[in-house]
Amino acid sequence: MTETETRLKALMLRGLEGDASAYRACLALLGARLRAYFARRMAGAPGDVEDLVQETLLAVHLKRSTWDPSQSFTAWAHAVARYKLIDHWRRRKIRQTLPIEDHIEFLAADEPEPSVGIELDRALASLPEKQRILVSDVKLTGLSLAEAGARAGISEGAAKVALHRALKVLAERMRHAD
Amino acid sequence: MRTEDLIEALAADGAPIRPPPRRLAAVAGAGALVALVLVLVWLRPRHDLMSAMQGGMFWMKALYTAALGLAGYLAIERLSRPAGGGRRGWLLGGAALAVFVAAGVVQAMRSPDIQAALHMLRGHSWHSCSVNILILGLPMLALGLVAVRGMAPTRPVAAGFATGLFAGGVAATVYGLHCPENTFTFVALWYSLGVLLLALIGAIAGRWALRW
Repeated sequence: MTETETRLKALMLRGLEGDASAYRACLALLGARLRAYFARRMAGAPGDVEDLVQETLLAVHLKRSTWDPSQSFTAWAHAVARYKLIDHWRRRKIRQTLPIEDHIEFLAADEPEPSVGIELDRALASLPEKQRILVSDVKLTGLSLAEAGARAGISEGAAKVALHRALKVLAERMRHAD
Repeated sequence: MRTEDLIEALAADGAPIRPPPRRLAAVAGAGALVALVLVLVWLRPRHDLMSAMQGGMFWMKALYTAALGLAGYLAIERLSRPAGGGRRGWLLGGAALAVFVAAGVVQAMRSPDIQAALHMLRGHSWHSCSVNILILGLPMLALGLVAVRGMAPTRPVAAGFATGLFAGGVAATVYGLHCPENTFTFVALWYSLGVLLLALIGAIAGRWALRW
């Protein structure tokens, strides 16, 4: 378990320094943990698990500046996941309480297979065309941001801004999806 | 969408990250500037500003309100992070308030009669002091709520209260450039009230504004 913390934290630190492949690995590892965490707590709505994993990963990405690198990364990510789960229940008017839990337990889990999220596609469909093309080019065809920007007819700098803005809008829209 | 695809998009986003202290400092700078402009063009600085700055009470007031602002900062710097608590900030804010209220009570009790004490309590501007601080602090409160919303507060009401305390402390410190009142009794009541009003508005607004 602490081994996972060590790995996650090292990857995240490298990611923050601009190492994209370490960052990707960090999010993939965290995503698997989140899937297990949510699956155990949302037995009544397994279809929502992947949506919540994706919403949480978006939040982890957009709010990573609030993690203090002198602290545990797992504890921080667990707090984000917990907030997202409670927020999800609140929005769906599900009365449920989440017992105080240790973040060590957050790491200990079998990992269910990923499924496909639906809410993110819905949110993506509501984006302006240029932003949508940019997001799908980067994710689906594996184009670099500069190439994807060129295809959308904008400079690399503008593509950077547009992608970041698109992710923020996606995070906002996913919350209001239901 | 598959989660793998989302991760690709997230990894492609290299927007620079700014830790909470830097963003909060920017909020304080902008908020203080707006309050200063309002004092200069709307309220006007006190005409005896130069001589007042040589006296102790001018700085005592500034120290008190700056302590309240610092308390708000310490609290929100923690509360803007998931699972963070504002204990350090609440302790400092509570201590500053307690000291000033105690000094105000002692000063009032030492006055020769009740009339003099009441006069000290009302000063020349009791009817506008708290409201002025409230108005000077609202722009910074709004900026602060927007900034904190972009962070990750998990206790929206406490985080809103801390943001209001931060804005109130800064606004009240700038307000000292205008306000000629110079008793502990007055400051302990009306300055504190103005700052607390901002904190309360922050708490109420935080309930819905600080969700993410």
